[in-house]
Amino acid sequence: MAERVFMKGTEAIAEAAVRAGCRFFAGYPITPQNEIPEYMARRLPEVGGQFVQGESEVASVNMLYGAASTGIRAMSSSSSCGISLYSEGVSYCASARIPMVYVNVQRGGPGIGAIQPAQQDYMQATKASGNGGFRMIVLAPDSVQECVDMVYEAYDLAERDQNPVLVLTDGVMGTMMEPVVLPPMKTDEELAECRAKFMPRAIVGHPLGQQAYCRPGSVGDGQEKANIEAAALYETWDKDIRVEEFMMDDAEIVFAAYGISARISRAVVRELRAQGVKAGMIRPRHIEKPRFQQSQGYNRRRNVYPCTDEMGYRLCYPGQMPCQGSPEIRRISPDKRSGNEGRTGIH
Amino acid sequence: MAEEKKVYTRTQGIIPGAVSGFCPGCMHSTVHKLIGEAAEELGKLDKLVRVEGVGCCGLGQFYVTHDETIAAHGRAGAVATGIKRSSPDSLVYTYQGDGDLAAIGLAETMSAANRGENFTVIFVNNGIYGMTGGQMAPTTLIGMKSTTTPGGRDPEKHGYPMHMSEIINQLTAPYYIERVSCDTPQHVIAARKAIKKAFQYQIDGKGYSLVEIVTTCPTNWGLDTLKALDFLRDSMFTEYPLGVFRDEGKKLK
Amino acid sequence: MERNLMIAGFGGQGVMTMGKLLAEATSQATDLNVTFFPSYGAAMRGGTANCYVVISDDLIGAPVSYSLEDLIVMNGPSLHKFIDNLKPGGTLFVNSTIVTDPIERDDIKVIEAPVTQMAIDIKNERALNVIMLGVYVGATDAVPEDVIIKGIEHKFEKKPKLIEPNVEAFKMGLEIGRKQK
Repeated sequence: MAERVFMKGTEAIAEAAVRAGCRFFAGYPITPQNEIPEYMARRLPEVGGQFVQGESEVASVNMLYGAASTGIRAMSSSSSCGISLYSEGVSYCASARIPMVYVNVQRGGPGIGAIQPAQQDYMQATKASGNGGFRMIVLAPDSVQECVDMVYEAYDLAERDQNPVLVLTDGVMGTMMEPVVLPPMKTDEELAECRAKFMPRAIVGHPLGQQAYCRPGSVGDGQEKANIEAAALYETWDKDIRVEEFMMDDAEIVFAAYGISARISRAVVRELRAQGVKAGMIRPRHIEKPRFQQSQGYNRRRNVYPCTDEMGYRLCYPGQMPCQGSPEIRRISPDKRSGNEGRTGIH
Repeated sequence: MAEEKKVYTRTQGIIPGAVSGFCPGCMHSTVHKLIGEAAEELGKLDKLVRVEGVGCCGLGQFYVTHDETIAAHGRAGAVATGIKRSSPDSLVYTYQGDGDLAAIGLAETMSAANRGENFTVIFVNNGIYGMTGGQMAPTTLIGMKSTTTPGGRDPEKHGYPMHMSEIINQLTAPYYIERVSCDTPQHVIAARKAIKKAFQYQIDGKGYSLVEIVTTCPTNWGLDTLKALDFLRDSMFTEYPLGVFRDEGKKLK
Repeated sequence: MERNLMIAGFGGQGVMTMGKLLAEATSQATDLNVTFFPSYGAAMRGGTANCYVVISDDLIGAPVSYSLEDLIVMNGPSLHKFIDNLKPGGTLFVNSTIVTDPIERDDIKVIEAPVTQMAIDIKNERALNVIMLGVYVGATDAVPEDVIIKGIEHKFEKKPKLIEPNVEAFKMGLEIGRKQK
């Protein structure tokens, strides 16, 4: 088994991307994800990759769009308010069906002052990452190890679907250090194989008659056809939905949480169990389909308490469950919070 | 009977038989042809990558035979950076209008030039927004009427025309900057030479080059094609004089 | 069994290094789960610095806690700011060279060590954090002492001259910690 190393979330994300074959990174400084570009600036030249510090988030995401259009594995990262500026480029990538991976290390607020971790971009990530009505797979890790595994896997998903993939993490996981086992470095041969599939439409120059073009948005019937194809793709994602069930067998109170809030919920479930309360937790690892639990019957069967670090109703249908702050849980476990001091804790 | 000699073949860089849908008197179609010819003469059509801006410049997608992608409005400099860095063997150019390059894309334009990115910028400057219907561009002349400056561009309210070649010439990194036009056969030949030179510099790894082409927009200028040419020569060339601003390659010789 | 620790002090006292050394050494030498979470002030230099280390044989929930088992305070402001976050029955480690204010809680255990002065005495002023780490490990057995010694060896791999004095400093702390256990 590979060696366990002790790494910071952001650096682990960057190293995982490099091992997955990322050879281009463009980004703009913003706390708390700065170690990703900083790490890439050191690391990518070692593997023959390119790092560009963009003049803005808008430029960075468009560099990513350009790089990914050539068929190489490319990445960018930012944090919340920066991710809002990414929406233009992400829309283009999604509409042009360009496989690329980007990371949101979430922080709070609109983008000034609050650099503390948060989970306030859930709606943006799952429903409105840009214009054009697209969807994308959103992976939500809850540990540094899962950050690594998900970034590594994200490229395969992106290439499988020819669609962007977002890894939605937060400032706690970005900042904290944990032991991780890093995946193996993809070989040049493996990467060439990945790229070969994309080459017919890679924007790199082709012989006459084999023109590759990338048209995000088409005129005439083209757009409708593209929409239908995209919708068909999104339907296939049901099979990807993976949910962690924690002590769910006989659970009467269920927490629904992702990312850092899931870690905390898990601890709360343990405390409640110790007190004889039949608590459990469901944690979606993919959050692109926020209504997953409906199809799996969670809402019908149990009381579901959605736990995120924003207002707690995002993972479930509004109006169907007691969603706002649940006093009994606050009473039972007042001290379990994320690193988000003074903001919302457990709902 | 004298033997016939073929003296002209249309470049393979343009879709065979394609008929330009650009307005009468517009020079976009000429510029497209010149790009195809320049790349063809260099034997690089199969490596040519077009990064298209948004606006009338974005209509080129219907005419070219080489690889092309469309950047969001103004972002061609960033997209081309990503492409060229990831595929250094490609011959990459951006094709941008004045609104795209000098207004919404100013940051991307300046930053790519300042990094000396090794690609070529073809900048078509006609002093107005074409596709959206004749609004004021950063390059609109003083006094020139547009749909958003119905009384003419007033520097008190709208500032002055931006001279992009001159502005980019203030940076250290760019290798080659020239302003040309396509109003006469001589100017067309000069424009082709400029584009070819810029491509050659890119192939040689010299870095950033900008070819600004001052053109007409009879439709949105509200002039017929001949009067538009007069306006181009009398007014546009006065504000935007043609010439080489920088040619580092020539310095060496 | 989960054990959480907060270390707080001035920037420059090696607060982060201490937490990271404990956490990284634990990660390398054991199978335990461990998290290290730094919390900086807004300024790049100076000001306060604190970090959290959680060690557990199970999955760790929050890497940050407001209900601490252990708290190390390296300066006065940290004592006042964080003492209320200590659980009843928790342990407070005090750098008694600098922190001279009375401890106004009687439901906690207090272990004092004049680590700043000790570091000056052994002419290794920067080692105050390693001494304090020794005090902590000696008093709590949070991890076996060998884990930290290995961690010090690893940390100074490239500056082997520093290994010996730091291990010595750590052992000085260990002894103080054990005596007050």
